[in-house]
Amino acid sequence: MKAGSNLEKILEKGQFAVTCECGPPKSASGDVIRQKAKMIKGKVDAANITDNQAAIVRLSSFAAATILMQAGIEPVMQVTARDRNRLAIQSDLLGASAVGIRDVLLLTGDHQKLGNHPEAKGVFDLDSIQMIDMARRMRDERKFQNGEQMDVPPKLFIGAAENPLAEPAEYRVPRLEKKVVAGADFIQTQGVFDIERFEKWMAAVRAKGLHKKVHIIGGVVPLKSLGAAKFVNDKVLGMTVPDSLFERMKKASDAKAEGVKIAVETIEALRKIEGVQGVHIMAIEWEEKVPEIVEKAGLLPRPAV
Amino acid sequence: MIVGERKSVTEILEMTKGYDRIFVAGCGTCVTVCLAGGEKEVSVLSSLLKINGKKQGHEVKVVEGTIERQCEREWVGEMKDKVRDAEAVLSMACGIGVQLVAEMYPEKPVLPALNTTLMGFPTQHAIWLENCRACGDCILHLTGGICPVTRCAKQLMNGPCGGSQNGKCEVDSQTDCAWALIYYKLKAMDRLDWMSKIQPPKRWDIAGHSGPRKTVKEEEVVP
Repeated sequence: MKAGSNLEKILEKGQFAVTCECGPPKSASGDVIRQKAKMIKGKVDAANITDNQAAIVRLSSFAAATILMQAGIEPVMQVTARDRNRLAIQSDLLGASAVGIRDVLLLTGDHQKLGNHPEAKGVFDLDSIQMIDMARRMRDERKFQNGEQMDVPPKLFIGAAENPLAEPAEYRVPRLEKKVVAGADFIQTQGVFDIERFEKWMAAVRAKGLHKKVHIIGGVVPLKSLGAAKFVNDKVLGMTVPDSLFERMKKASDAKAEGVKIAVETIEALRKIEGVQGVHIMAIEWEEKVPEIVEKAGLLPRPAV
Repeated sequence: MIVGERKSVTEILEMTKGYDRIFVAGCGTCVTVCLAGGEKEVSVLSSLLKINGKKQGHEVKVVEGTIERQCEREWVGEMKDKVRDAEAVLSMACGIGVQLVAEMYPEKPVLPALNTTLMGFPTQHAIWLENCRACGDCILHLTGGICPVTRCAKQLMNGPCGGSQNGKCEVDSQTDCAWALIYYKLKAMDRLDWMSKIQPPKRWDIAGHSGPRKTVKEEEVVP
Protein backbone atom coordinates (compact mmCIF):
# COMPACT_ATOMS: atom_id res chain seq x y z
CA MET A 1 0.00 0.00 0.00
CA LYS A 2 1.28 3.41 -0.90
CA ALA A 3 -1.15 5.49 1.09
CA GLY A 4 -3.66 3.02 2.52
CA SER A 5 -6.74 4.92 1.40
CA ASN A 6 -10.10 3.28 0.91
CA LEU A 7 -9.89 3.91 -2.83
CA GLU A 8 -6.44 2.38 -3.04
CA LYS A 9 -7.52 -0.73 -1.13
CA ILE A 10 -10.55 -1.28 -3.35
CA LEU A 11 -8.55 -0.85 -6.54
CA GLU A 12 -5.67 -2.99 -5.30
CA LYS A 13 -8.10 -5.78 -4.41
CA GLY A 14 -9.44 -5.62 -7.93
CA GLN A 15 -12.89 -4.50 -6.85
CA PHE A 16 -14.83 -2.16 -9.12
CA ALA A 17 -14.48 1.32 -7.64
CA VAL A 18 -17.10 4.07 -7.58
CA THR A 19 -16.16 7.71 -7.14
CA CYS A 20 -18.13 10.84 -7.78
CA GLU A 21 -17.52 14.53 -8.07
CA CYS A 22 -18.37 16.98 -5.35
CA GLY A 23 -18.00 20.61 -6.35
CA PRO A 24 -17.38 23.14 -3.57
CA PRO A 25 -19.69 26.16 -3.47
CA LYS A 26 -19.01 29.69 -4.71
CA SER A 27 -19.24 30.88 -1.14
CA ALA A 28 -17.85 30.24 2.31
CA SER A 29 -20.56 27.69 3.09
CA GLY A 30 -19.11 24.49 4.49
CA ASP A 31 -22.71 23.32 4.91
CA VAL A 32 -23.08 22.86 1.16
CA ILE A 33 -20.33 20.27 1.30
CA ARG A 34 -21.83 18.63 4.39
CA GLN A 35 -25.17 18.37 2.61
CA LYS A 36 -23.56 16.84 -0.48
CA ALA A 37 -21.72 14.44 1.82
CA LYS A 38 -25.04 13.29 3.28
CA MET A 39 -26.41 12.56 -0.19
CA ILE A 40 -23.53 10.33 -1.22
CA LYS A 41 -22.56 8.70 2.06
CA GLY A 42 -22.17 4.95 1.65
CA LYS A 43 -22.79 5.18 -2.08
CA VAL A 44 -19.26 5.90 -3.27
CA ASP A 45 -15.74 4.86 -2.24
CA ALA A 46 -14.38 8.39 -2.47
CA ALA A 47 -15.48 11.75 -3.81
CA ASN A 48 -13.45 14.24 -5.79
CA ILE A 49 -13.29 17.79 -4.55
CA THR A 50 -12.68 20.01 -7.54
CA ASP A 51 -10.13 22.82 -7.46
CA ASN A 52 -11.63 26.06 -8.76
CA GLN A 53 -13.34 23.97 -11.40
CA ALA A 54 -13.61 25.57 -14.83
CA ALA A 55 -11.37 28.35 -13.49
CA ILE A 56 -14.21 29.73 -11.36
CA VAL A 57 -13.37 30.73 -7.82
CA ARG A 58 -14.84 28.42 -5.22
CA LEU A 59 -14.18 27.35 -1.66
CA SER A 60 -10.70 25.82 -1.71
CA SER A 61 -10.28 22.14 -2.49
CA PHE A 62 -8.06 21.64 0.55
CA ALA A 63 -10.68 23.03 2.92
CA ALA A 64 -13.57 21.30 1.18
CA ALA A 65 -11.71 17.98 1.19
CA THR A 66 -11.12 18.38 4.92
CA ILE A 67 -14.81 19.10 5.55
CA LEU A 68 -15.82 16.11 3.42
CA MET A 69 -13.46 13.88 5.36
CA GLN A 70 -14.91 15.12 8.65
CA ALA A 71 -18.33 14.19 7.28
CA GLY A 72 -17.13 10.64 6.83
CA ILE A 73 -16.40 10.55 3.11
CA GLU A 74 -12.98 9.93 1.68
CA PRO A 75 -11.95 12.92 -0.43
CA VAL A 76 -9.93 12.92 -3.61
CA MET A 77 -8.38 16.35 -3.43
CA GLN A 78 -7.91 17.88 -6.86
CA VAL A 79 -4.91 20.14 -7.32
CA THR A 80 -4.32 22.21 -10.43
CA ALA A 81 -1.13 23.76 -11.71
CA ARG A 82 -3.03 26.81 -12.87
CA ASP A 83 -3.19 28.59 -9.53
CA ARG A 84 -0.13 27.30 -7.68
CA ASN A 85 3.59 27.07 -8.20
CA ARG A 86 5.82 24.21 -7.05
CA LEU A 87 6.19 25.65 -3.56
CA ALA A 88 2.45 25.91 -3.02
CA ILE A 89 1.71 22.48 -4.49
CA GLN A 90 4.29 20.73 -2.35
CA SER A 91 3.10 22.62 0.68
CA ASP A 92 -0.51 21.60 0.01
CA LEU A 93 0.45 17.95 -0.53
CA LEU A 94 2.28 17.91 2.80
CA GLY A 95 -0.63 19.62 4.51
CA ALA A 96 -3.19 17.31 2.93
CA SER A 97 -1.29 14.27 4.08
CA ALA A 98 -0.93 15.72 7.56
CA VAL A 99 -4.69 16.14 7.99
CA GLY A 100 -5.34 12.66 6.61
CA ILE A 101 -6.19 13.33 2.96
CA ARG A 102 -4.65 10.49 0.97
CA ASP A 103 -6.11 10.59 -2.54
CA VAL A 104 -5.06 13.45 -4.78
CA LEU A 105 -5.79 14.17 -8.42
CA LEU A 106 -3.12 16.29 -10.07
CA LEU A 107 -4.22 18.33 -13.06
CA THR A 108 -2.93 21.09 -15.27
CA GLY A 109 -6.29 22.84 -14.92
CA ASP A 110 -8.61 24.68 -17.27
CA HIS A 111 -7.11 27.94 -18.45
CA GLN A 112 -8.05 30.98 -16.37
CA LYS A 113 -9.22 32.79 -19.48
CA LEU A 114 -12.25 30.46 -19.56
CA GLY A 115 -13.31 31.19 -16.01
CA ASN A 116 -14.66 34.13 -14.05
CA HIS A 117 -11.36 35.97 -13.58
CA PRO A 118 -10.05 35.93 -17.14
CA GLU A 119 -7.57 38.74 -16.44
CA ALA A 120 -5.70 36.68 -13.85
CA LYS A 121 -2.10 35.67 -14.24
CA GLY A 122 -1.91 31.92 -14.73
CA VAL A 123 0.82 30.12 -12.81
CA PHE A 124 1.55 26.90 -14.75
CA ASP A 125 4.96 26.63 -13.11
CA LEU A 126 4.67 22.86 -13.61
CA ASP A 127 2.51 20.79 -15.91
CA SER A 128 0.46 17.82 -14.72
CA ILE A 129 3.16 15.30 -15.60
CA GLN A 130 5.81 17.23 -13.71
CA MET A 131 3.42 17.50 -10.72
CA ILE A 132 2.85 13.74 -10.70
CA ASP A 133 6.57 13.08 -10.88
CA MET A 134 7.18 15.53 -8.04
CA ALA A 135 4.46 13.99 -5.83
CA ARG A 136 5.82 10.47 -6.40
CA ARG A 137 9.35 11.55 -5.46
CA MET A 138 8.04 13.25 -2.35
CA ARG A 139 6.27 10.08 -1.28
CA ASP A 140 8.76 7.43 -2.40
CA GLU A 141 12.10 9.20 -2.21
CA ARG A 142 11.28 11.72 0.52
CA LYS A 143 12.54 14.40 -1.80
CA PHE A 144 11.30 17.85 -2.52
CA GLN A 145 11.32 18.97 -6.13
CA ASN A 146 14.69 20.65 -5.54
CA GLY A 147 16.20 17.40 -4.28
CA GLU A 148 16.21 18.30 -0.57
CA GLN A 149 15.23 15.52 1.82
CA MET A 150 12.28 15.56 4.20
CA ASP A 151 11.78 13.65 7.44
CA VAL A 152 8.18 12.62 7.11
CA PRO A 153 7.02 12.09 3.53
CA PRO A 154 3.38 12.54 2.52
CA LYS A 155 1.20 9.45 2.16
CA LEU A 156 -0.41 9.90 -1.21
CA PHE A 157 -2.40 7.85 -3.66
CA ILE A 158 -1.64 9.77 -6.82
CA GLY A 159 -4.29 10.31 -9.43
CA ALA A 160 -4.20 11.87 -12.85
CA ALA A 161 -6.79 12.70 -15.46
CA GLU A 162 -6.87 11.72 -19.06
CA ASN A 163 -9.16 12.76 -21.84
CA PRO A 164 -9.23 9.86 -24.30
CA LEU A 165 -11.06 11.94 -26.87
CA ALA A 166 -8.92 15.05 -26.88
CA GLU A 167 -6.50 15.59 -29.70
CA PRO A 168 -4.20 14.65 -31.26
CA ALA A 169 -6.12 11.39 -30.66
CA GLU A 170 -3.14 9.22 -31.50
CA TYR A 171 -1.07 10.97 -28.85
CA ARG A 172 -3.48 10.27 -26.00
CA VAL A 173 -2.13 6.84 -25.10
CA PRO A 174 1.54 7.91 -25.24
CA ARG A 175 0.57 10.83 -22.98
CA LEU A 176 -1.12 8.44 -20.56
CA GLU A 177 2.04 6.37 -20.58
CA LYS A 178 4.03 9.46 -19.64
CA LYS A 179 1.73 9.99 -16.66
CA VAL A 180 2.17 6.37 -15.62
CA VAL A 181 5.95 6.62 -15.88
CA ALA A 182 5.80 9.85 -13.87
CA GLY A 183 4.01 7.99 -11.08
CA ALA A 184 0.23 8.04 -11.49
CA ASP A 185 -1.45 5.32 -9.42
CA PHE A 186 -4.92 5.85 -10.81
CA ILE A 187 -6.51 7.62 -13.74
CA GLN A 188 -9.93 9.22 -13.88
CA THR A 189 -10.98 9.80 -17.44
CA GLN A 190 -13.04 12.61 -18.86
CA GLY A 191 -16.74 11.80 -19.21
CA VAL A 192 -17.40 9.02 -21.68
CA PHE A 193 -20.40 9.17 -24.01
CA ASP A 194 -19.04 7.49 -27.09
CA ILE A 195 -18.36 3.96 -25.83
CA GLU A 196 -17.04 2.80 -29.17
CA ARG A 197 -14.31 5.43 -29.27
CA PHE A 198 -13.51 4.81 -25.62
CA GLU A 199 -13.16 1.08 -26.31
CA LYS A 200 -10.69 1.80 -29.06
CA TRP A 201 -8.68 3.93 -26.70
CA MET A 202 -8.75 1.19 -24.05
CA ALA A 203 -7.58 -1.34 -26.62
CA ALA A 204 -4.57 0.87 -27.30
CA VAL A 205 -4.05 1.25 -23.54
CA ARG A 206 -4.08 -2.54 -23.13
CA ALA A 207 -1.77 -3.03 -26.10
CA LYS A 208 0.86 -1.10 -24.13
CA GLY A 209 0.02 -2.99 -20.95
CA LEU A 210 -0.82 0.26 -19.18
CA HIS A 211 -4.01 -1.13 -17.61
CA LYS A 212 -1.75 -3.38 -15.51
CA LYS A 213 0.38 -0.47 -14.33
CA VAL A 214 -2.34 2.02 -13.43
CA HIS A 215 -5.95 1.78 -12.23
CA ILE A 216 -8.24 3.22 -14.86
CA ILE A 217 -11.54 4.71 -13.75
CA GLY A 218 -13.96 5.70 -16.52
CA GLY A 219 -15.79 9.01 -16.30
CA VAL A 220 -19.58 9.19 -16.49
CA VAL A 221 -21.52 12.44 -16.82
CA PRO A 222 -25.26 12.03 -16.20
CA LEU A 223 -27.26 14.36 -18.44
CA LYS A 224 -29.96 16.33 -16.64
CA SER A 225 -31.66 17.66 -19.75
CA LEU A 226 -31.29 18.23 -23.47
CA GLY A 227 -29.82 21.63 -22.60
CA ALA A 228 -27.24 19.94 -20.38
CA ALA A 229 -26.28 17.66 -23.27
CA LYS A 230 -25.79 20.70 -25.45
CA PHE A 231 -23.80 22.45 -22.73
CA VAL A 232 -21.52 19.46 -22.25
CA ASN A 233 -21.06 19.09 -25.98
CA ASP A 234 -20.37 22.76 -26.69
CA LYS A 235 -18.86 24.13 -23.53
CA VAL A 236 -17.10 21.38 -21.60
CA LEU A 237 -13.62 20.91 -22.88
CA GLY A 238 -12.93 17.64 -24.60
CA MET A 239 -16.37 16.11 -24.28
CA THR A 240 -18.63 15.30 -27.21
CA VAL A 241 -22.11 13.87 -26.98
CA PRO A 242 -22.96 11.59 -29.93
CA ASP A 243 -26.06 12.36 -32.02
CA SER A 244 -27.76 9.15 -30.87
CA LEU A 245 -27.76 10.40 -27.27
CA PHE A 246 -29.01 13.83 -28.32
CA GLU A 247 -31.90 12.04 -30.03
CA ARG A 248 -32.69 10.03 -26.93
CA MET A 249 -32.66 13.13 -24.73
CA LYS A 250 -34.83 14.97 -27.24
CA LYS A 251 -37.45 12.24 -27.50
CA ALA A 252 -37.60 11.39 -23.82
CA SER A 253 -40.81 12.31 -22.02
CA ASP A 254 -38.84 12.47 -18.79
CA ALA A 255 -35.41 13.83 -19.68
CA LYS A 256 -34.00 13.40 -16.18
CA ALA A 257 -34.99 9.73 -16.07
CA GLU A 258 -33.52 9.24 -19.51
CA GLY A 259 -30.28 10.90 -18.37
CA VAL A 260 -30.06 8.52 -15.44
CA LYS A 261 -30.78 5.58 -17.74
CA ILE A 262 -28.01 6.60 -20.13
CA ALA A 263 -25.59 6.97 -17.21
CA VAL A 264 -26.47 3.51 -15.91
CA GLU A 265 -26.04 1.99 -19.37
CA THR A 266 -22.69 3.74 -19.71
CA ILE A 267 -21.52 2.32 -16.38
CA GLU A 268 -22.61 -1.15 -17.44
CA ALA A 269 -20.77 -0.80 -20.73
CA LEU A 270 -17.64 0.49 -19.01
CA ARG A 271 -17.69 -2.41 -16.57
CA LYS A 272 -17.48 -4.86 -19.43
CA ILE A 273 -14.33 -3.30 -20.87
CA GLU A 274 -11.18 -5.11 -19.87
CA GLY A 275 -8.92 -2.85 -17.84
CA VAL A 276 -11.59 -0.45 -16.58
CA GLN A 277 -11.48 -0.69 -12.81
CA GLY A 278 -14.15 1.70 -11.77
CA VAL A 279 -16.39 4.60 -12.63
CA HIS A 280 -16.21 8.25 -11.70
CA ILE A 281 -19.64 9.90 -11.76
CA MET A 282 -19.59 13.59 -12.48
CA ALA A 283 -23.14 14.70 -11.75
CA ILE A 284 -22.42 18.40 -11.91
CA GLU A 285 -24.72 20.17 -9.43
CA TRP A 286 -26.85 17.03 -9.54
CA GLU A 287 -25.10 15.02 -6.83
CA GLU A 288 -28.45 13.89 -5.42
CA LYS A 289 -28.78 11.53 -8.35
CA VAL A 290 -25.57 9.66 -7.57
CA PRO A 291 -27.15 7.13 -5.16
CA GLU A 292 -29.87 6.23 -7.66
CA ILE A 293 -27.37 5.78 -10.48
CA VAL A 294 -25.04 3.67 -8.37
CA GLU A 295 -27.92 1.54 -7.17
CA LYS A 296 -29.42 1.02 -10.62
CA ALA A 297 -26.00 0.07 -11.92
CA GLY A 298 -25.92 -2.70 -9.33
CA LEU A 299 -22.95 -1.28 -7.48
CA LEU A 300 -24.44 -1.22 -3.99
CA PRO A 301 -23.56 -1.88 -1.29
CA ARG A 302 -20.07 -0.51 -1.51
CA PRO A 303 -17.46 -2.93 -0.20
CA ALA A 304 -15.98 -2.37 3.24
CA VAL A 305 -12.24 -2.79 3.02
CA MET B 1 11.47 41.42 -34.26
CA ILE B 2 9.80 43.46 -31.57
CA VAL B 3 6.24 44.38 -32.43
CA GLY B 4 4.19 47.19 -31.00
CA GLU B 5 1.01 49.07 -31.68
CA ARG B 6 0.11 52.68 -31.09
CA LYS B 7 -1.86 53.54 -28.02
CA SER B 8 -5.28 55.08 -28.45
CA VAL B 9 -5.47 58.75 -29.32
CA THR B 10 -7.32 59.42 -26.09
CA GLU B 11 -4.54 57.90 -24.03
CA ILE B 12 -1.82 59.75 -25.93
CA LEU B 13 -3.61 63.09 -25.62
CA GLU B 14 -4.10 62.48 -21.92
CA MET B 15 -0.40 61.84 -21.33
CA THR B 16 0.74 64.77 -23.48
CA LYS B 17 -1.70 67.20 -21.89
CA GLY B 18 0.05 70.35 -20.68
CA TYR B 19 3.07 70.07 -22.95
CA ASP B 20 3.31 72.65 -25.74
CA ARG B 21 6.68 71.61 -27.19
CA ILE B 22 6.77 67.92 -27.97
CA PHE B 23 9.43 65.89 -29.74
CA VAL B 24 7.85 62.87 -31.43
CA ALA B 25 10.67 60.37 -31.77
CA GLY B 26 10.36 57.47 -34.17
CA CYS B 27 12.52 54.38 -34.38
CA GLY B 28 13.78 53.10 -37.70
CA THR B 29 14.07 49.39 -36.98
CA CYS B 30 11.46 46.94 -35.60
CA VAL B 31 8.58 49.35 -35.09
CA THR B 32 9.10 50.80 -38.55
CA VAL B 33 8.77 47.34 -40.09
CA CYS B 34 5.66 46.59 -38.01
CA LEU B 35 4.08 49.88 -39.08
CA ALA B 36 3.77 51.28 -35.59
CA GLY B 37 6.50 53.83 -34.87
CA GLY B 38 8.51 54.71 -37.98
CA GLU B 39 8.78 57.95 -39.89
CA LYS B 40 5.32 57.65 -41.38
CA GLU B 41 3.62 57.00 -38.06
CA VAL B 42 5.59 59.85 -36.47
CA SER B 43 4.23 62.20 -39.09
CA VAL B 44 0.63 61.07 -38.57
CA LEU B 45 0.85 61.34 -34.79
CA SER B 46 2.51 64.77 -35.00
CA SER B 47 -0.29 66.16 -37.16
CA LEU B 48 -2.78 64.76 -34.73
CA LEU B 49 -1.13 66.51 -31.79
CA LYS B 50 -1.04 69.81 -33.68
CA ILE B 51 -4.69 69.59 -34.71
CA ASN B 52 -5.72 68.74 -31.19
CA GLY B 53 -3.73 71.71 -29.87
CA LYS B 54 -5.55 74.03 -32.24
CA LYS B 55 -8.88 72.59 -31.18
CA GLN B 56 -7.94 73.35 -27.58
CA GLY B 57 -7.08 76.89 -28.60
CA HIS B 58 -3.30 76.89 -28.25
CA GLU B 59 -0.44 76.05 -30.52
CA VAL B 60 1.48 72.88 -29.86
CA LYS B 61 4.95 72.90 -31.35
CA VAL B 62 5.76 69.44 -32.56
CA VAL B 63 9.18 68.38 -33.77
CA GLU B 64 9.53 65.11 -35.64
CA GLY B 65 12.57 62.88 -35.78
CA THR B 66 13.24 59.24 -36.45
CA ILE B 67 16.57 57.64 -35.63
CA GLU B 68 17.88 54.26 -36.69
CA ARG B 69 17.49 52.61 -33.29
CA GLN B 70 16.28 53.96 -29.96
CA CYS B 71 17.84 50.97 -28.19
CA GLU B 72 21.43 52.03 -28.84
CA ARG B 73 23.24 54.82 -27.05
CA GLU B 74 25.06 56.15 -30.12
CA TRP B 75 21.83 56.76 -32.00
CA VAL B 76 19.94 58.10 -29.01
CA GLY B 77 22.83 60.52 -28.38
CA GLU B 78 22.16 62.07 -31.76
CA MET B 79 18.71 63.17 -30.60
CA LYS B 80 20.09 65.57 -28.00
CA ASP B 81 19.28 68.88 -29.68
CA LYS B 82 15.67 67.96 -30.37
CA VAL B 83 15.26 66.59 -26.86
CA ARG B 84 16.75 69.76 -25.34
CA ASP B 85 14.28 72.01 -27.15
CA ALA B 86 11.23 69.99 -26.18
CA GLU B 87 9.26 69.87 -22.93
CA ALA B 88 8.57 66.18 -23.41
CA VAL B 89 9.61 63.36 -25.69
CA LEU B 90 6.86 61.18 -27.10
CA SER B 91 8.72 58.06 -28.09
CA MET B 92 7.26 55.79 -30.72
CA ALA B 93 9.83 53.07 -30.00
CA CYS B 94 9.23 49.83 -28.14
CA GLY B 95 9.55 49.82 -24.35
CA ILE B 96 13.29 49.33 -24.66
CA GLY B 97 13.73 52.49 -26.69
CA VAL B 98 11.52 54.52 -24.36
CA GLN B 99 13.63 53.45 -21.39
CA LEU B 100 16.97 54.20 -22.99
CA VAL B 101 15.81 57.66 -24.03
CA ALA B 102 14.52 58.22 -20.49
CA GLU B 103 17.80 57.07 -19.02
CA MET B 104 19.94 59.23 -21.29
CA TYR B 105 17.85 62.37 -20.81
CA PRO B 106 16.91 62.12 -17.15
CA GLU B 107 15.62 65.69 -16.97
CA LYS B 108 12.92 65.11 -19.63
CA PRO B 109 9.60 63.31 -19.35
CA VAL B 110 9.65 60.48 -21.92
CA LEU B 111 6.20 59.23 -22.84
CA PRO B 112 5.41 55.92 -24.51
CA ALA B 113 3.25 56.28 -27.61
CA LEU B 114 3.16 52.54 -28.23
CA ASN B 115 2.28 49.41 -26.36
CA THR B 116 4.98 46.84 -26.97
CA THR B 117 3.00 43.72 -27.78
CA LEU B 118 5.24 40.82 -28.73
CA MET B 119 8.34 39.35 -30.31
CA GLY B 120 7.47 37.51 -33.46
CA PHE B 121 7.26 37.42 -37.20
CA PRO B 122 4.45 38.23 -39.63
CA THR B 123 2.16 35.41 -40.73
CA GLN B 124 0.84 37.64 -43.49
CA HIS B 125 1.03 41.36 -44.26
CA ALA B 126 0.17 43.35 -41.13
CA ILE B 127 -0.41 40.32 -38.87
CA TRP B 128 2.30 39.33 -36.42
CA LEU B 129 2.39 36.17 -34.33
CA GLU B 130 4.26 35.92 -31.07
CA ASN B 131 7.02 33.32 -31.31
CA CYS B 132 9.53 33.95 -28.55
CA ARG B 133 9.35 34.91 -24.87
CA ALA B 134 13.11 35.07 -24.37
CA CYS B 135 12.86 32.36 -21.70
CA GLY B 136 16.61 31.94 -21.63
CA ASP B 137 16.65 28.17 -22.19
CA CYS B 138 15.76 27.35 -25.77
CA ILE B 139 14.31 23.89 -26.52
CA LEU B 140 13.32 24.44 -30.15
CA HIS B 141 15.60 21.55 -31.19
CA LEU B 142 13.25 19.19 -29.31
CA THR B 143 9.98 20.64 -30.49
CA GLY B 144 10.33 20.82 -34.23
CA GLY B 145 11.09 24.53 -34.15
CA ILE B 146 7.77 25.45 -32.49
CA CYS B 147 7.97 27.14 -29.10
CA PRO B 148 5.59 25.75 -26.43
CA VAL B 149 6.67 28.40 -23.92
CA THR B 150 5.26 31.08 -26.20
CA ARG B 151 2.59 29.30 -28.15
CA CYS B 152 1.00 27.06 -25.52
CA ALA B 153 -1.31 29.13 -23.29
CA LYS B 154 -0.31 26.94 -20.32
CA GLN B 155 3.37 26.77 -21.26
CA LEU B 156 3.21 23.01 -21.01
CA MET B 157 6.41 21.10 -21.52
CA ASN B 158 5.10 17.55 -21.87
CA GLY B 159 2.52 17.53 -24.61
CA PRO B 160 -1.00 18.84 -25.18
CA CYS B 161 -3.53 19.28 -22.39
CA GLY B 162 -6.95 17.68 -22.41
CA GLY B 163 -8.48 20.79 -23.94
CA SER B 164 -6.81 20.47 -27.34
CA GLN B 165 -9.53 20.04 -29.98
CA ASN B 166 -9.38 20.03 -33.78
CA GLY B 167 -5.80 21.21 -33.57
CA LYS B 168 -6.91 24.34 -31.70
CA CYS B 169 -6.32 25.72 -28.23
CA GLU B 170 -8.96 25.56 -25.48
CA VAL B 171 -8.47 29.26 -24.81
CA ASP B 172 -9.32 30.37 -28.34
CA SER B 173 -10.66 28.26 -31.18
CA GLN B 174 -8.79 30.49 -33.65
CA THR B 175 -5.42 29.75 -32.10
CA ASP B 176 -3.45 26.66 -33.06
CA CYS B 177 -2.67 24.19 -30.29
CA ALA B 178 1.11 24.46 -30.06
CA TRP B 179 1.45 20.83 -29.02
CA ALA B 180 -0.71 19.59 -31.88
CA LEU B 181 1.61 21.51 -34.22
CA ILE B 182 4.65 20.03 -32.48
CA TYR B 183 3.20 16.52 -32.55
CA TYR B 184 2.47 16.51 -36.27
CA LYS B 185 5.79 18.18 -37.06
CA LEU B 186 7.76 15.59 -35.09
CA LYS B 187 5.68 12.82 -36.59
CA ALA B 188 6.56 14.04 -40.09
CA MET B 189 10.21 14.16 -39.01
CA ASP B 190 9.90 10.66 -37.53
CA ARG B 191 11.07 12.03 -34.18
CA LEU B 192 8.06 11.40 -31.96
CA ASP B 193 10.47 9.81 -29.49
CA TRP B 194 11.31 13.40 -28.44
CA MET B 195 7.84 13.70 -26.97
CA SER B 196 8.00 10.51 -24.92
CA LYS B 197 10.73 11.76 -22.61
CA ILE B 198 9.47 13.54 -19.50
CA GLN B 199 10.70 17.11 -19.58
CA PRO B 200 11.64 18.28 -16.08
CA PRO B 201 10.22 21.44 -14.52
CA LYS B 202 11.41 24.50 -16.33
CA ARG B 203 13.80 27.00 -14.80
CA TRP B 204 11.54 30.04 -14.60
CA ASP B 205 14.18 31.95 -12.63
CA ILE B 206 16.17 32.45 -15.81
CA ALA B 207 12.99 33.08 -17.77
CA GLY B 208 12.54 36.49 -16.22
CA HIS B 209 10.96 35.68 -12.86
CA SER B 210 13.95 36.83 -10.82
CA GLY B 211 14.24 40.45 -11.79
CA PRO B 212 15.91 41.87 -14.88
CA ARG B 213 18.28 39.49 -16.59
CA LYS B 214 21.68 40.52 -17.79
CA THR B 215 23.68 39.06 -20.64
CA VAL B 216 27.43 39.50 -20.44
CA LYS B 217 29.85 38.63 -23.21
CA GLU B 218 32.95 38.41 -21.06
CA GLU B 219 35.64 38.61 -23.72
CA GLU B 220 34.20 41.79 -25.15
CA VAL B 221 33.68 43.67 -21.89
CA VAL B 222 36.04 46.63 -21.53
CA PRO B 223 37.07 46.82 -17.86
